[in-house]
Amino acid sequence: MSTLIEYLPLLLDGLIVTLELLVVGAALALVVAFTAGLARLSRHALIRGPAYVFIEVFRGTSIIVQLFWVFFVLPTALGIELPPFLVGVLILSLNEGAYAAEIVRSAIKSRPVTQTEACIALGLRPFTRMRRVLIPQSIPAMLPGFGNVLIDLLKNSALCSTVTVIELTRVATIIRDNTGETTTVFLMLLVVYFVLSVLLSMGMGVLERRFAISPTARPQKRQLFTLFRGGVRV
Amino acid sequence: MTWDNNFALQILPDLLRGLWITIQATFAGTAIALVLGLVVAIIRYVHIPVVSQVFGFYVQFIRGTPLVVQAYAAFFILPDYGVVLSPLVTGIIVLGVNYSAYMAEVYRAGIEDVDKGQWEAATALSLPKAPTWIRVILPQAFRLVVPMLGNYWIQMFKDSAILSLITMTELLFVGQTIGSNQYRYLEPLTLVGVLFLAISYPAAVLVRRLEKGLASSQ
Repeated sequence: MSTLIEYLPLLLDGLIVTLELLVVGAALALVVAFTAGLARLSRHALIRGPAYVFIEVFRGTSIIVQLFWVFFVLPTALGIELPPFLVGVLILSLNEGAYAAEIVRSAIKSRPVTQTEACIALGLRPFTRMRRVLIPQSIPAMLPGFGNVLIDLLKNSALCSTVTVIELTRVATIIRDNTGETTTVFLMLLVVYFVLSVLLSMGMGVLERRFAISPTARPQKRQLFTLFRGGVRV
Repeated sequence: MTWDNNFALQILPDLLRGLWITIQATFAGTAIALVLGLVVAIIRYVHIPVVSQVFGFYVQFIRGTPLVVQAYAAFFILPDYGVVLSPLVTGIIVLGVNYSAYMAEVYRAGIEDVDKGQWEAATALSLPKAPTWIRVILPQAFRLVVPMLGNYWIQMFKDSAILSLITMTELLFVGQTIGSNQYRYLEPLTLVGVLFLAISYPAAVLVRRLEKGLASSQ
Protein backbone atom coordinates (compact mmCIF):
# COMPACT_ATOMS: atom_id res chain seq x y z
CA MET A 1 0.00 0.00 0.00
CA SER A 2 2.77 2.44 0.94
CA THR A 3 4.37 1.92 -2.46
CA LEU A 4 1.14 3.14 -4.02
CA ILE A 5 1.44 6.56 -2.36
CA GLU A 6 4.31 7.54 -4.63
CA TYR A 7 2.13 6.84 -7.66
CA LEU A 8 -0.54 9.27 -6.47
CA PRO A 9 0.71 12.22 -8.60
CA LEU A 10 0.64 9.96 -11.68
CA LEU A 11 -2.93 8.95 -10.87
CA LEU A 12 -3.87 12.61 -10.51
CA ASP A 13 -2.40 13.34 -13.97
CA GLY A 14 -4.54 10.52 -15.35
CA LEU A 15 -7.60 11.90 -13.64
CA ILE A 16 -6.97 15.30 -15.23
CA VAL A 17 -6.71 13.75 -18.71
CA THR A 18 -9.96 11.84 -18.10
CA LEU A 19 -11.66 15.08 -17.08
CA GLU A 20 -10.25 16.79 -20.19
CA LEU A 21 -11.68 14.00 -22.36
CA LEU A 22 -14.98 14.41 -20.56
CA VAL A 23 -15.24 18.20 -20.88
CA VAL A 24 -13.96 18.57 -24.45
CA GLY A 25 -15.85 15.45 -25.54
CA ALA A 26 -19.10 16.67 -23.99
CA ALA A 27 -18.80 20.14 -25.53
CA LEU A 28 -18.19 18.72 -29.00
CA ALA A 29 -20.86 16.04 -28.53
CA LEU A 30 -23.37 18.82 -27.83
CA VAL A 31 -22.45 20.50 -31.13
CA VAL A 32 -22.72 17.16 -32.97
CA ALA A 33 -26.04 16.40 -31.27
CA PHE A 34 -27.71 19.65 -32.29
CA THR A 35 -26.24 19.60 -35.81
CA ALA A 36 -27.30 16.01 -36.52
CA GLY A 37 -30.53 16.20 -34.52
CA LEU A 38 -31.76 19.33 -36.31
CA ALA A 39 -30.61 17.97 -39.67
CA ARG A 40 -32.82 14.91 -39.02
CA LEU A 41 -35.80 17.27 -38.72
CA SER A 42 -35.04 19.03 -42.02
CA ARG A 43 -37.60 19.09 -44.83
CA HIS A 44 -34.89 18.30 -47.39
CA ALA A 45 -34.00 14.66 -47.89
CA LEU A 46 -30.46 15.68 -48.85
CA ILE A 47 -29.88 17.00 -45.32
CA ARG A 48 -32.02 14.42 -43.51
CA GLY A 49 -30.47 11.40 -45.25
CA PRO A 50 -26.79 11.88 -44.38
CA ALA A 51 -27.70 12.75 -40.77
CA TYR A 52 -29.69 9.51 -40.53
CA VAL A 53 -26.80 7.45 -41.92
CA PHE A 54 -24.32 9.16 -39.57
CA ILE A 55 -26.48 8.51 -36.51
CA GLU A 56 -27.23 4.88 -37.38
CA VAL A 57 -23.60 4.03 -38.23
CA PHE A 58 -22.23 5.52 -35.02
CA ARG A 59 -24.95 3.95 -32.88
CA GLY A 60 -24.85 0.63 -34.69
CA THR A 61 -21.15 -0.15 -34.23
CA SER A 62 -19.28 -0.36 -30.95
CA ILE A 63 -17.39 2.71 -29.79
CA ILE A 64 -14.28 0.59 -29.31
CA VAL A 65 -14.47 -0.56 -32.96
CA GLN A 66 -14.68 3.09 -34.00
CA LEU A 67 -11.68 3.98 -31.84
CA PHE A 68 -9.63 1.14 -33.30
CA TRP A 69 -10.68 2.06 -36.84
CA VAL A 70 -9.50 5.65 -36.51
CA PHE A 71 -6.37 4.62 -34.60
CA PHE A 72 -5.22 1.74 -36.84
CA VAL A 73 -6.86 2.17 -40.24
CA LEU A 74 -6.40 5.88 -40.84
CA PRO A 75 -2.58 5.86 -40.41
CA THR A 76 -1.95 2.63 -42.35
CA ALA A 77 -4.50 3.09 -45.15
CA LEU A 78 -4.63 6.85 -45.63
CA GLY A 79 -1.47 8.09 -43.92
CA ILE A 80 -3.50 10.24 -41.51
CA GLU A 81 -1.96 9.99 -38.06
CA LEU A 82 -3.84 11.81 -35.32
CA PRO A 83 -2.54 12.29 -31.78
CA PRO A 84 -4.17 9.76 -29.40
CA PHE A 85 -6.00 12.42 -27.37
CA LEU A 86 -7.57 13.77 -30.55
CA VAL A 87 -8.63 10.28 -31.65
CA GLY A 88 -10.29 9.83 -28.25
CA VAL A 89 -12.10 13.15 -28.23
CA LEU A 90 -13.17 12.77 -31.86
CA ILE A 91 -14.76 9.34 -31.42
CA LEU A 92 -16.23 10.13 -28.00
CA SER A 93 -17.94 13.24 -29.37
CA LEU A 94 -19.15 11.61 -32.60
CA ASN A 95 -20.43 8.48 -30.86
CA GLU A 96 -22.09 10.16 -27.88
CA GLY A 97 -23.21 12.99 -30.18
CA ALA A 98 -25.08 10.44 -32.32
CA TYR A 99 -26.95 9.18 -29.26
CA ALA A 100 -27.65 12.72 -28.08
CA ALA A 101 -28.85 13.71 -31.58
CA GLU A 102 -31.76 11.30 -31.18
CA ILE A 103 -32.56 12.94 -27.83
CA VAL A 104 -32.55 16.38 -29.48
CA ARG A 105 -34.69 15.15 -32.37
CA SER A 106 -37.31 13.37 -30.28
CA ALA A 107 -37.53 16.21 -27.73
CA ILE A 108 -38.18 18.81 -30.42
CA LYS A 109 -40.52 16.52 -32.32
CA SER A 110 -42.63 15.87 -29.25
CA ARG A 111 -43.52 19.55 -28.80
CA PRO A 112 -47.27 20.06 -29.37
CA VAL A 113 -48.01 20.91 -33.01
CA THR A 114 -49.96 23.97 -31.77
CA GLN A 115 -46.65 25.64 -30.94
CA THR A 116 -45.61 25.40 -34.59
CA GLU A 117 -49.06 26.56 -35.70
CA ALA A 118 -48.90 29.57 -33.37
CA CYS A 119 -45.48 30.50 -34.78
CA ILE A 120 -46.83 30.30 -38.32
CA ALA A 121 -49.83 32.42 -37.33
CA LEU A 122 -47.43 35.02 -35.89
CA GLY A 123 -45.45 34.96 -39.12
CA LEU A 124 -42.21 33.73 -37.57
CA ARG A 125 -39.72 32.29 -40.04
CA PRO A 126 -38.79 28.61 -39.58
CA PHE A 127 -35.35 29.56 -38.24
CA THR A 128 -36.79 31.92 -35.61
CA ARG A 129 -39.46 29.38 -34.76
CA MET A 130 -36.78 26.81 -34.01
CA ARG A 131 -34.38 29.15 -32.18
CA ARG A 132 -36.81 31.18 -30.09
CA VAL A 133 -39.67 28.76 -29.50
CA LEU A 134 -39.15 25.05 -30.15
CA ILE A 135 -35.56 24.59 -28.92
CA PRO A 136 -35.93 26.56 -25.65
CA GLN A 137 -39.11 24.64 -24.85
CA SER A 138 -37.44 21.32 -25.52
CA ILE A 139 -34.39 21.82 -23.28
CA PRO A 140 -36.02 20.47 -20.08
CA ALA A 141 -37.08 17.31 -21.94
CA MET A 142 -33.53 16.84 -23.24
CA LEU A 143 -31.72 17.17 -19.90
CA PRO A 144 -32.38 13.70 -18.41
CA GLY A 145 -31.21 12.09 -21.65
CA PHE A 146 -28.16 14.33 -21.80
CA GLY A 147 -27.34 13.29 -18.23
CA ASN A 148 -27.27 9.64 -19.28
CA VAL A 149 -25.10 10.46 -22.29
CA LEU A 150 -22.69 12.42 -20.09
CA ILE A 151 -22.24 9.50 -17.70
CA ASP A 152 -21.78 7.17 -20.68
CA LEU A 153 -19.16 9.54 -22.03
CA LEU A 154 -17.28 9.35 -18.75
CA LYS A 155 -17.44 5.55 -18.76
CA ASN A 156 -16.46 5.28 -22.42
CA SER A 157 -13.51 7.62 -21.89
CA ALA A 158 -11.91 4.62 -20.15
CA LEU A 159 -11.75 2.96 -23.58
CA CYS A 160 -9.41 5.70 -24.79
CA SER A 161 -6.73 3.88 -22.79
CA THR A 162 -6.72 1.30 -25.60
CA VAL A 163 -5.55 3.91 -28.11
CA THR A 164 -2.69 4.94 -25.79
CA VAL A 165 -4.30 8.01 -24.22
CA ILE A 166 -2.65 8.21 -20.79
CA GLU A 167 -5.90 8.71 -18.86
CA LEU A 168 -7.10 7.28 -15.58
CA THR A 169 -7.54 3.64 -16.66
CA ARG A 170 -4.24 3.60 -18.55
CA VAL A 171 -2.42 5.02 -15.53
CA ALA A 172 -4.06 2.43 -13.29
CA THR A 173 -2.88 -0.44 -15.49
CA ILE A 174 0.63 1.03 -15.54
CA ILE A 175 0.67 1.27 -11.73
CA ARG A 176 -0.63 -2.28 -11.49
CA ASP A 177 2.11 -3.55 -13.81
CA ASN A 178 4.78 -1.79 -11.71
CA THR A 179 3.54 -2.68 -8.25
CA GLY A 180 1.56 -5.90 -8.66
CA GLU A 181 -1.10 -4.43 -6.33
CA THR A 182 -3.87 -5.67 -8.62
CA THR A 183 -6.79 -5.70 -6.19
CA THR A 184 -6.11 -2.33 -4.57
CA VAL A 185 -5.46 -0.54 -7.86
CA PHE A 186 -8.54 -1.79 -9.72
CA LEU A 187 -10.91 -1.38 -6.77
CA MET A 188 -9.62 2.16 -6.30
CA LEU A 189 -10.15 2.81 -10.00
CA LEU A 190 -13.75 1.58 -9.80
CA VAL A 191 -14.40 3.81 -6.79
CA VAL A 192 -12.98 6.88 -8.56
CA TYR A 193 -15.24 6.32 -11.58
CA PHE A 194 -18.21 5.72 -9.32
CA VAL A 195 -17.61 8.97 -7.42
CA LEU A 196 -17.28 10.88 -10.70
CA SER A 197 -20.56 9.37 -12.00
CA VAL A 198 -22.38 10.28 -8.81
CA LEU A 199 -21.06 13.85 -9.00
CA LEU A 200 -22.12 14.16 -12.66
CA SER A 201 -25.53 12.74 -11.84
CA MET A 202 -25.99 15.20 -8.98
CA GLY A 203 -24.90 18.07 -11.22
CA MET A 204 -27.45 17.09 -13.83
CA GLY A 205 -30.12 16.93 -11.14
CA VAL A 206 -29.35 20.55 -10.21
CA LEU A 207 -29.56 21.58 -13.89
CA GLU A 208 -32.87 19.77 -14.32
CA ARG A 209 -34.41 21.57 -11.36
CA ARG A 210 -33.00 24.87 -12.60
CA PHE A 211 -34.47 24.47 -16.09
CA ALA A 212 -37.81 22.92 -15.09
CA ILE A 213 -40.58 24.74 -17.03
CA SER A 214 -42.96 25.09 -14.10
CA PRO A 215 -42.53 24.35 -10.39
CA THR A 216 -45.10 21.55 -10.64
CA ALA A 217 -43.19 19.91 -13.48
CA ARG A 218 -40.10 19.60 -11.33
CA PRO A 219 -38.49 16.19 -11.21
CA GLN A 220 -39.00 14.43 -7.92
CA LYS A 221 -36.38 14.90 -5.30
CA ARG A 222 -34.04 12.00 -5.76
CA GLN A 223 -32.03 10.09 -3.21
CA LEU A 224 -28.32 9.64 -3.65
CA PHE A 225 -28.59 6.02 -4.74
CA THR A 226 -31.41 6.39 -7.19
CA LEU A 227 -29.54 8.96 -9.22
CA PHE A 228 -29.11 7.00 -12.42
CA ARG A 229 -32.07 6.39 -14.63
CA GLY A 230 -32.64 3.43 -16.87
CA GLY A 231 -31.67 5.13 -20.09
CA VAL A 232 -31.15 2.58 -22.79
CA ARG A 233 -28.93 3.41 -25.69
CA VAL A 234 -29.77 1.64 -28.92
CA MET B 1 -3.17 1.33 -49.40
CA THR B 2 -6.44 0.53 -51.13
CA TRP B 3 -9.17 -1.97 -50.44
CA ASP B 4 -8.23 -5.53 -51.44
CA ASN B 5 -11.27 -7.69 -52.18
CA ASN B 6 -9.34 -10.96 -52.19
CA PHE B 7 -7.84 -10.26 -48.79
CA ALA B 8 -11.26 -9.29 -47.45
CA LEU B 9 -12.82 -12.53 -48.74
CA GLN B 10 -9.94 -14.55 -47.39
CA ILE B 11 -10.36 -13.27 -43.81
CA LEU B 12 -14.17 -13.30 -43.81
CA PRO B 13 -14.56 -16.89 -42.53
CA ASP B 14 -12.36 -16.15 -39.50
CA LEU B 15 -14.30 -12.97 -38.79
CA LEU B 16 -17.61 -14.81 -39.05
CA ARG B 17 -16.33 -17.34 -36.50
CA GLY B 18 -15.53 -14.37 -34.25
CA LEU B 19 -19.03 -12.99 -34.81
CA TRP B 20 -20.48 -16.35 -33.79
CA ILE B 21 -18.57 -16.15 -30.47
CA THR B 22 -19.85 -12.59 -30.02
CA ILE B 23 -23.44 -13.74 -30.54
CA GLN B 24 -23.06 -16.72 -28.21
CA ALA B 25 -21.50 -14.55 -25.50
CA THR B 26 -24.34 -12.05 -25.89
CA PHE B 27 -27.03 -14.71 -25.45
CA ALA B 28 -25.23 -16.25 -22.46
CA GLY B 29 -24.78 -12.79 -20.93
CA THR B 30 -28.46 -12.02 -21.51
CA ALA B 31 -29.48 -15.22 -19.72
CA ILE B 32 -27.36 -14.33 -16.67
CA ALA B 33 -28.62 -10.74 -16.67
CA LEU B 34 -32.26 -11.88 -16.85
CA VAL B 35 -32.00 -14.22 -13.87
CA LEU B 36 -29.65 -12.15 -11.72
CA GLY B 37 -31.54 -8.95 -12.51
CA LEU B 38 -34.81 -10.53 -11.37
CA VAL B 39 -33.27 -11.70 -8.09
CA VAL B 40 -31.79 -8.24 -7.44
CA ALA B 41 -35.06 -6.48 -8.31
CA ILE B 42 -37.15 -8.70 -5.99
CA ILE B 43 -34.69 -8.37 -3.10
CA ARG B 44 -34.72 -4.61 -3.50
CA TYR B 45 -38.52 -4.54 -3.69
CA VAL B 46 -39.27 -6.59 -0.58
CA HIS B 47 -37.26 -4.21 1.65
CA ILE B 48 -35.14 -6.52 3.77
CA PRO B 49 -33.20 -4.11 6.01
CA VAL B 50 -29.54 -3.71 5.00
CA VAL B 51 -29.73 -6.44 2.31
CA SER B 52 -31.99 -4.36 0.07
CA GLN B 53 -29.71 -1.34 0.52
CA VAL B 54 -26.67 -3.41 -0.35
CA PHE B 55 -28.32 -4.53 -3.59
CA GLY B 56 -29.38 -0.95 -4.29
CA PHE B 57 -25.75 0.06 -3.98
CA TYR B 58 -24.78 -2.88 -6.23
CA VAL B 59 -27.05 -1.55 -8.98
CA GLN B 60 -25.75 2.02 -8.72
CA PHE B 61 -22.11 1.02 -8.43
CA ILE B 62 -22.20 -1.20 -11.52
CA ARG B 63 -24.04 1.42 -13.53
CA GLY B 64 -21.64 4.13 -12.41
CA THR B 65 -18.42 2.37 -13.44
CA PRO B 66 -17.07 1.48 -16.92
CA LEU B 67 -17.57 -2.04 -18.25
CA VAL B 68 -13.94 -2.14 -19.36
CA VAL B 69 -12.70 -1.49 -15.82
CA GLN B 70 -15.07 -4.14 -14.46
CA ALA B 71 -13.69 -6.56 -17.05
CA TYR B 72 -10.08 -5.76 -16.13
CA ALA B 73 -10.88 -6.10 -12.44
CA ALA B 74 -12.49 -9.52 -12.91
CA PHE B 75 -9.82 -10.73 -15.31
CA PHE B 76 -6.81 -9.68 -13.23
CA ILE B 77 -8.08 -9.91 -9.65
CA LEU B 78 -9.87 -13.30 -9.69
CA PRO B 79 -6.75 -15.38 -10.54
CA ASP B 80 -4.99 -13.81 -7.51
CA TYR B 81 -7.59 -15.52 -5.34
CA GLY B 82 -7.33 -18.86 -7.10
CA VAL B 83 -10.34 -18.41 -9.40
CA VAL B 84 -9.00 -19.23 -12.85
CA LEU B 85 -11.58 -18.90 -15.63
CA SER B 86 -11.19 -18.76 -19.39
CA PRO B 87 -11.47 -15.30 -21.01
CA LEU B 88 -14.76 -16.39 -22.59
CA VAL B 89 -16.32 -17.39 -19.26
CA THR B 90 -14.95 -14.30 -17.50
CA GLY B 91 -16.30 -12.11 -20.30
CA ILE B 92 -19.76 -13.68 -20.20
CA ILE B 93 -19.96 -13.32 -16.40
CA VAL B 94 -18.84 -9.66 -16.58
CA LEU B 95 -21.42 -8.91 -19.29
CA GLY B 96 -24.16 -10.74 -17.38
CA VAL B 97 -23.39 -9.08 -14.04
CA ASN B 98 -23.05 -5.64 -15.67
CA TYR B 99 -26.40 -5.90 -17.44
CA SER B 100 -28.12 -7.46 -14.42
CA ALA B 101 -27.91 -4.01 -12.83
CA TYR B 102 -29.74 -2.49 -15.81
CA MET B 103 -32.24 -5.35 -16.01
CA ALA B 104 -32.96 -4.99 -12.28
CA GLU B 105 -34.11 -1.43 -12.96
CA VAL B 106 -36.32 -2.61 -15.82
CA TYR B 107 -37.88 -5.30 -13.63
CA ARG B 108 -38.37 -2.75 -10.87
CA ALA B 109 -40.24 -0.45 -13.23
CA GLY B 110 -42.31 -3.45 -14.37
CA ILE B 111 -43.11 -4.53 -10.79
CA GLU B 112 -44.00 -1.00 -9.70
CA ASP B 113 -46.24 -0.70 -12.75
CA VAL B 114 -48.47 -3.57 -11.56
CA ASP B 115 -51.68 -2.19 -10.05
CA LYS B 116 -51.79 -2.09 -6.25
CA GLY B 117 -55.17 -3.79 -6.42
CA GLN B 118 -53.43 -6.94 -7.61
CA TRP B 119 -51.47 -7.15 -4.34
CA GLU B 120 -54.63 -6.44 -2.35
CA ALA B 121 -56.60 -9.08 -4.25
CA ALA B 122 -53.85 -11.63 -3.58
CA THR B 123 -53.96 -10.75 0.13
CA ALA B 124 -57.78 -10.93 0.15
CA LEU B 125 -57.59 -14.43 -1.34
CA SER B 126 -54.90 -15.23 1.26
CA LEU B 127 -52.57 -16.32 -1.48
CA PRO B 128 -49.12 -17.08 -0.03
CA LYS B 129 -46.16 -14.84 -0.94
CA ALA B 130 -44.52 -17.14 -3.50
CA PRO B 131 -47.59 -17.77 -5.69
CA THR B 132 -48.45 -14.07 -5.47
CA TRP B 133 -45.10 -13.24 -7.04
CA ILE B 134 -44.94 -16.13 -9.50
CA ARG B 135 -48.58 -16.33 -10.66
CA VAL B 136 -49.80 -12.75 -10.27
CA ILE B 137 -47.17 -10.01 -10.11
CA LEU B 138 -44.29 -11.21 -12.30
CA PRO B 139 -46.34 -12.26 -15.35
CA GLN B 140 -47.78 -8.75 -15.46
CA ALA B 141 -44.40 -7.14 -14.80
CA PHE B 142 -42.85 -9.03 -17.71
CA ARG B 143 -45.05 -7.14 -20.18
CA LEU B 144 -42.85 -4.12 -19.63
CA VAL B 145 -39.63 -6.12 -19.62
CA VAL B 146 -40.05 -7.86 -22.97
CA PRO B 147 -39.73 -4.81 -25.27
CA MET B 148 -36.78 -3.49 -23.26
CA LEU B 149 -35.05 -6.84 -23.55
CA GLY B 150 -34.46 -6.32 -27.27
CA ASN B 151 -32.80 -2.96 -26.62
CA TYR B 152 -30.48 -4.42 -24.01
CA TRP B 153 -29.61 -7.38 -26.23
CA ILE B 154 -28.44 -5.00 -28.97
CA GLN B 155 -26.48 -2.88 -26.53
CA MET B 156 -24.85 -5.93 -24.99
CA PHE B 157 -24.01 -7.25 -28.47
CA LYS B 158 -22.05 -4.05 -29.17
CA ASP B 159 -20.52 -3.84 -25.70
CA SER B 160 -19.17 -7.39 -25.99
CA ALA B 161 -16.45 -5.97 -28.28
CA ILE B 162 -14.88 -4.49 -25.14
CA LEU B 163 -14.16 -8.04 -23.98
CA SER B 164 -11.55 -8.37 -26.74
CA LEU B 165 -9.38 -6.42 -24.27
CA ILE B 166 -9.38 -9.40 -21.91
CA THR B 167 -8.47 -11.65 -24.89
CA MET B 168 -11.90 -13.12 -25.50
CA THR B 169 -11.68 -14.28 -29.12
CA GLU B 170 -14.78 -12.48 -30.33
CA LEU B 171 -15.21 -10.46 -33.53
CA LEU B 172 -13.06 -7.43 -32.72
CA PHE B 173 -10.29 -9.58 -31.24
CA VAL B 174 -10.14 -11.64 -34.46
CA GLY B 175 -10.08 -8.50 -36.63
CA GLN B 176 -7.42 -6.91 -34.46
CA THR B 177 -5.25 -10.05 -34.53
CA ILE B 178 -5.46 -10.32 -38.32
CA GLY B 179 -4.61 -6.63 -38.57
CA SER B 180 -1.50 -6.81 -36.41
CA ASN B 181 -0.29 -10.07 -37.99
CA GLN B 182 -0.60 -8.86 -41.58
CA TYR B 183 -0.10 -5.19 -40.77
CA ARG B 184 -3.23 -4.51 -42.84
CA TYR B 185 -5.96 -2.96 -40.74
CA LEU B 186 -8.24 -1.51 -43.42
CA GLU B 187 -10.10 -4.68 -44.42
CA PRO B 188 -10.33 -6.51 -41.05
CA LEU B 189 -11.40 -3.52 -38.94
CA THR B 190 -13.79 -2.18 -41.59
CA LEU B 191 -15.40 -5.61 -41.91
CA VAL B 192 -15.68 -5.82 -38.11
CA GLY B 193 -17.63 -2.55 -38.15
CA VAL B 194 -19.80 -3.69 -41.06
CA LEU B 195 -20.60 -7.01 -39.37
CA PHE B 196 -21.59 -5.26 -36.13
CA LEU B 197 -23.81 -2.92 -38.11
CA ALA B 198 -25.26 -5.79 -40.17
CA ILE B 199 -26.68 -7.36 -37.00
CA SER B 200 -27.41 -4.36 -34.80
CA TYR B 201 -29.10 -2.12 -37.37
CA PRO B 202 -31.80 -4.58 -38.54
CA ALA B 203 -32.27 -5.64 -34.91
CA ALA B 204 -32.75 -2.02 -33.83
CA VAL B 205 -35.26 -1.37 -36.63
CA LEU B 206 -37.15 -4.52 -35.61
CA VAL B 207 -37.21 -3.54 -31.92
CA ARG B 208 -38.41 -0.04 -32.75
CA ARG B 209 -41.22 -1.51 -34.85
CA LEU B 210 -42.21 -3.90 -32.07
CA GLU B 211 -42.26 -1.04 -29.58
CA LYS B 212 -44.47 1.01 -31.86
CA GLY B 213 -46.79 -1.95 -32.32
CA LEU B 214 -46.98 -2.56 -28.56
CA ALA B 215 -47.54 1.13 -27.84
CA SER B 216 -50.44 1.38 -30.29
CA SER B 217 -52.05 -1.87 -29.13
CA GLN B 218 -52.27 -0.68 -25.52
